[in-house]
Amino acid sequence: MINLASRDVLHGWGKFLFTGVGLGLLIGATLTMGGVFRGMVDDGQVLIDNSGADLWVVQQGTLGPYAEPSSLRDDVWRSIAGIKGVAETGNAAYLTIQMAHKGKDTRVMIVGIEVDRPNRPGAPPYLTAGRPILQGHYEAIADERAGLKLGERVKIRRHDHTVVGLTRRMVSSSGDPMIFVPLKDAQEIQFLKDNDALVNERARTAANPAFNRPGVPGLLEAAQASATQARSVNTVLVRLAPGADPTAVAGEIQRWKRLTAYTKAQMEDILIAKLIATSAKQIGMFLVILAIVTAAIVAFIIYTMTLAKVREIAVLKLIGAKNRIIAGMILQQALALGIIGFLVGRIAAGLWGPAFPKYVLLLPQDAVAGFAIVLTICALASSVAIRAALAIDPAEAIGG
Amino acid sequence: MKSPSRRTLALSAFGILFLAAFGWIVATQGPLAATKVTLAEARETRLARSLFGIATVEARRSHSIGPTLAGRVAQVLVDQGDAVKAGQLLAEMELVDMDARLAAGAASAAGAAQRAHAAEAALAESTSRAKLARNSADRYADLRKKNFVSQEAADAKAHEAAAAQSAREAAVAALAAAKADMQRAQSELVGTGKNRAHLRLVSPVDGVVTARLAEPGSTVVAGQAVVQVIDPASLWLRVRIDQGRSQGLAVGLPAEITLRSRPGEQFPGRIERVDWVGDAVTEERIANVVFDALPTGIAIGELAEVTLRLPAIENALAIPAAALQRQKNQSGVWQAKDGQARFLPITAGLISADGWVEIRQGLAAGDTVIVHSAKALADGSRIQPVDALK
Repeated sequence: MINLASRDVLHGWGKFLFTGVGLGLLIGATLTMGGVFRGMVDDGQVLIDNSGADLWVVQQGTLGPYAEPSSLRDDVWRSIAGIKGVAETGNAAYLTIQMAHKGKDTRVMIVGIEVDRPNRPGAPPYLTAGRPILQGHYEAIADERAGLKLGERVKIRRHDHTVVGLTRRMVSSSGDPMIFVPLKDAQEIQFLKDNDALVNERARTAANPAFNRPGVPGLLEAAQASATQARSVNTVLVRLAPGADPTAVAGEIQRWKRLTAYTKAQMEDILIAKLIATSAKQIGMFLVILAIVTAAIVAFIIYTMTLAKVREIAVLKLIGAKNRIIAGMILQQALALGIIGFLVGRIAAGLWGPAFPKYVLLLPQDAVAGFAIVLTICALASSVAIRAALAIDPAEAIGG
Repeated sequence: MKSPSRRTLALSAFGILFLAAFGWIVATQGPLAATKVTLAEARETRLARSLFGIATVEARRSHSIGPTLAGRVAQVLVDQGDAVKAGQLLAEMELVDMDARLAAGAASAAGAAQRAHAAEAALAESTSRAKLARNSADRYADLRKKNFVSQEAADAKAHEAAAAQSAREAAVAALAAAKADMQRAQSELVGTGKNRAHLRLVSPVDGVVTARLAEPGSTVVAGQAVVQVIDPASLWLRVRIDQGRSQGLAVGLPAEITLRSRPGEQFPGRIERVDWVGDAVTEERIANVVFDALPTGIAIGELAEVTLRLPAIENALAIPAAALQRQKNQSGVWQAKDGQARFLPITAGLISADGWVEIRQGLAAGDTVIVHSAKALADGSRIQPVDALK
């Protein structure tokens, strides 16, 4: 017994293969779109995971530090560190800036972390090269996507920072690479103004009679000095002691410290459900349409492939082939096409995925689901073709 | 069975290639892919430690020279940048009524002196009077004994003598009061003279004028500076060092100083003083660093970076600092065991300036640890050691 389907495919294998590859590229585009969607969600997720925190303490009533601006005094951690269940606290400052480096503007997120000992909350959990920040000032760890090299000096606002370490997959919720710097530098970057603004601000204060009264020497200087302080951070990252209940500790902080505290689950809800919700839905919509289009095209291809073999099927019927054999041939061809398409698609997505500017995450479960969907669509599409094939009149073999 | 045709061979080859490509994609990108890591051995090494701080150039002693009384500035004789000597007149306050007050004081001192003189004369006169009265009373007492005079006359003479003695004592007191008054008037005169001297603002040291803060005609309150003078040889750095990394900060530590205006150069120095009082708000320790040789052309307020060299630790068991990780509130390292990552809690010590961390407990020399990894590791993650990640 010879396999009719494979004999038929070998007969016109070039056409079959090109159809499969074309279909594969379409499936590849769909898989990539799914990967883009997963990547977006993952960007939000790694931001939460990489901070290494169990609780985020932010300004009262804000959704900070990632979704909304939040400003806290940098000594707030002292009162939080004393709460039962808190193992470690760490101040952190986040700021997205446009960084000019080697004549190219890159959008990066500056993350200020405490560096008095390694692995403080907020620090990157792993490095791909170099070492952690050891100096209290002017050192940086950059995400590889920022395009910086080890040992390079990069100017961020007023000061040059030396890149001492590189890391990977440390991005903001919008996919911008992170640059980690010591907290005090980040505070300066975020809260200290440029020279012109400082000079103007001093002149403005000096022109204010409330701060520049005759007979009160020193008042103006005191007012000037108090205006140039950078004593704020965006959030206090809290690590909990083993066995502490995050919700209970968060409740304690909210109630007695007059601050807002988010647990990991709440933070995920803010970042993934709220911050990237609209853009994720946008991509999701597009993914659904692309899937429908792919399904339609697969169905058309199989249908037309079958119709192109009207004469051959009629001959088969004429020589007494059973309907089961004809249906099997069409189904097998459709499934083969689906398998080739899926493999080509997965390879294509795997090859062009890393070239995307933002992260494309191809999950194995997505691939498996995609494979099942492709085969289902092929089977459904072949059923239409089988009906058409069975309706062919054997007389067509000789007449036509 | 005929031998496979060329077409079949080509198709099979294509199919194998195709499946190989798919296999490669799955093996390198999926969850089955091993995480690339770099490894390093724990070894005994020399840990050169350092502290880093941001500093500003300051004058060790800055003299704010101003009047001790409120008044108007009459003249300012120096300007910013002028070199001055100790005792040199820098500025003068307006005298206003100071000379008149001096004259009044002198006159009142002279008057007091005259009054003292008069009191002295009065004392001499009353002394003489008392002596006369005493003699006369003694004589009468003698005559009374011989019954030449009446008792009444003798009593009157005795009374006269006592009264004259009292009058003399009053004259002594009046003289003391007059003398005290004279002293007061003279002291007042001296005080007024000193006040007048304070209106002349003179430099207490040899130095340079760094600020001219008031111009002639402006009114300043007591204690407000008119001119600021520093000793340029006393310039030093005020260094702020993060409390968390200030262990080992001590007087005498050698320092390397990089001035902001000269980023490529390093100036040697050492810690002269460590403040007992740190900054509680910024959580920093404060120390003062002096230059071994003061560079020319530096300005007060200039920013500098100071690296302090701490004594090195010889033969310390150490691993690269990047290997030190944290899992469930525990410090430790990842180790490669049969192609899988395993977390090993360790106790780490000091960290050297070039990124090596001392191992106190948990590792032995020659133990291999994972330094860098392409993604976060978990217990049991499949790993693939490479020389460098890229």
